[in-house]
Amino acid sequence: MTEDIVSKLQNWIDKNTYHHSEFWDLKKLVELKKKNNLTISLCLPTLNEEKTIGKELIIFRSELVERYPLIDEIAVIDSGSDDNTLEVAKNFGADTYLASDILPNLEPKRGKGENLWKAIYQLKGDIIVYVDADISNIHPRFVYGLVAPLIYREEVKYVKAFYDRPLAFSGNVRPSGGGRVTEILVRPLFSLFFPDLTAIIQPLSGEYAVRREVLEQIAFPIGYGVETSHLIDVYHKFGLEAFAQTDLDKRVHENKPTQALGKMSFGILQTFIKRAKALGVFEKAEHETLLRQFQAKRDQYEQNLIEIIEEERPPMIEIEEYRKKFKK
Amino acid sequence: MKDYSELNNQLSGLEDKLKKYREVLLANLVMIGEIPAPTGKEENRIQFILNRFDEAGLTDSSIDDAGNGIGVLSGKESEHALLLNAHADTIFDMRTDHTMQVASNEIMGPGVADNALGLAALVSLPYILEDLEIELRNDLVLLAGVKSLGRGNLEGIRFFLENNKFDIKNAICVEGIQLGRLSYSSIGMLRGEITCRVPETYDWSRFGDASAILTLNEVINKINDMRLPKRPRTSIVMGSIVGGSSFNTIARDATLGFEVRSESQEVVERAGETINDIVLEVSSKTGDQVELDIFAKRSPGGIPFAHPLTKCARSVMETLDIEPRLAPSISELSALINQNIPALTLGITVGEQTFKSNETIQIEPIYKGLAQLIGTILAVDGGYCE
Repeated sequence: MTEDIVSKLQNWIDKNTYHHSEFWDLKKLVELKKKNNLTISLCLPTLNEEKTIGKELIIFRSELVERYPLIDEIAVIDSGSDDNTLEVAKNFGADTYLASDILPNLEPKRGKGENLWKAIYQLKGDIIVYVDADISNIHPRFVYGLVAPLIYREEVKYVKAFYDRPLAFSGNVRPSGGGRVTEILVRPLFSLFFPDLTAIIQPLSGEYAVRREVLEQIAFPIGYGVETSHLIDVYHKFGLEAFAQTDLDKRVHENKPTQALGKMSFGILQTFIKRAKALGVFEKAEHETLLRQFQAKRDQYEQNLIEIIEEERPPMIEIEEYRKKFKK
Repeated sequence: MKDYSELNNQLSGLEDKLKKYREVLLANLVMIGEIPAPTGKEENRIQFILNRFDEAGLTDSSIDDAGNGIGVLSGKESEHALLLNAHADTIFDMRTDHTMQVASNEIMGPGVADNALGLAALVSLPYILEDLEIELRNDLVLLAGVKSLGRGNLEGIRFFLENNKFDIKNAICVEGIQLGRLSYSSIGMLRGEITCRVPETYDWSRFGDASAILTLNEVINKINDMRLPKRPRTSIVMGSIVGGSSFNTIARDATLGFEVRSESQEVVERAGETINDIVLEVSSKTGDQVELDIFAKRSPGGIPFAHPLTKCARSVMETLDIEPRLAPSISELSALINQNIPALTLGITVGEQTFKSNETIQIEPIYKGLAQLIGTILAVDGGYCE
């Protein structure tokens, strides 16, 4: 059983994990996109991002609209910024929307998930690519690296980003994977209840490209749980083969304090429990004792399985010798 | 008197047309600016620029033995060549955070003005000219020159000028700022460092009076007392000082970076000799090691104010409503002057906080600056400057 999962996941990783450099030929990508008659929308969800939004727009418009017409639409969907995010975005040519103005008959909710969800209604593309607006080392790869697997392979429906590949050095391998919440919360949860999903190296990354036919069929938590719920729901409806993931190298953004990560984890946990209950995984699952992490060896990603068996002793009072000694 | 009317027709409306290329130019600016390129370590930046030249279909682009990035936009006749040069190195080291911040009207980041914007103009030009359907008669050679600043001492452009195969008739150096600058001559210059060291074998019983900083202070006072002529205009810039290690340790070494500038070569040389005498004198008086290292020199020269190239540039500036500010230069222009190539330095926009990590440029004037650059290229190519 374990061996089966290991080889299945390794096969999936070998087949569905890319590095953005494989897609450097934008001309070819644009030609194939045209041939496949696909349209692509880029959605940048924002809340007070005036410092980084201008640069993202300049780079995406120059490289992926003017030079290589890969993106058909760039939209900024804002949660109600206090700063000049929308003004800067408009100035650099994005279509700008306030999330609360989209589907105005619905009660407005405030959160990133709301913006992502409303993008499905507002934007026109067959593929929507979501990129966070707080990336300071922005580069066109953040978009083409994610949409390319969807253009090249029809069966792929959902492409996730991952970052920060630690390089092997002096013959050693270094652990690879996600941020703190991923490694402490999500990976252990997935290892226990959805072992297949541990093949996604960074389940919480905020950058992904998805086909409309998938987006319109899944629910969107408004807050922190949106990425986790997407993985579980898409996996449940379409299976692991619907996913691909692309290494986008380094992503520079502000580091969050531990307290903020606590809030995030609490939101994720709520989303997770809701889904796990609905799918009955708590009852069905034999508890796994393998924690599935990743390590990088040069260009290869390998699973790193750690058996962690939490054995227990009963209360001492149940032990006969104890009762005799203390006359209980 | 040359008739510039046809040139003026080409310039009319150009500034507005260039607004269309805002994203292309600014994306190049941001991507180039975010690749660190301290003098001598420009490879990554040059490689990016080469990729851009390749993408623009400049088939003859290459990196030469000095590490310069060269792109060639072939002309219809290719009889002569016009050299467009922008230096690729910056004063910021690899560890500096090179993130560029883009606001509605300005861009901020280390080296954005000096010279990411000059390089962005250089690499965007083939794309812009093609899109505007401007075809030149002569070759346009685009040079992203390495090892230009400080101790680099123009090594990149000098190597290119000594080894290239083009028939370069004129040259334009592109700097990010300031729009309106028009440099066509070089002044004499001598750049060096004076380093004072307390010898390892120093007699530490002479407690309190041994300090490399005090010795350097003595040198500085003496340089400051030097009598410099008002005519020809001459100045000594004491630009940087580094020394010591902490509050309570005697400074073992201290270094002054300085530059002598003058309209007269003779005065520069005399000042250099005087500084050498000062160094010897202070060294023998204090017993400390005092060393003078002169690593860059420029000779005064250039084309006259009335040279056709200068005239052309002034005419273009006038048409575009740019007030020319004439100032001599000691940068790449002097390497071109040494090779007797008539050359100018132009700026693209206005900016401030140069050489600081919050260096900032204005976006709006860029179109005018680019129109000026393209106008001057058209003038040279159209034979107005002969």
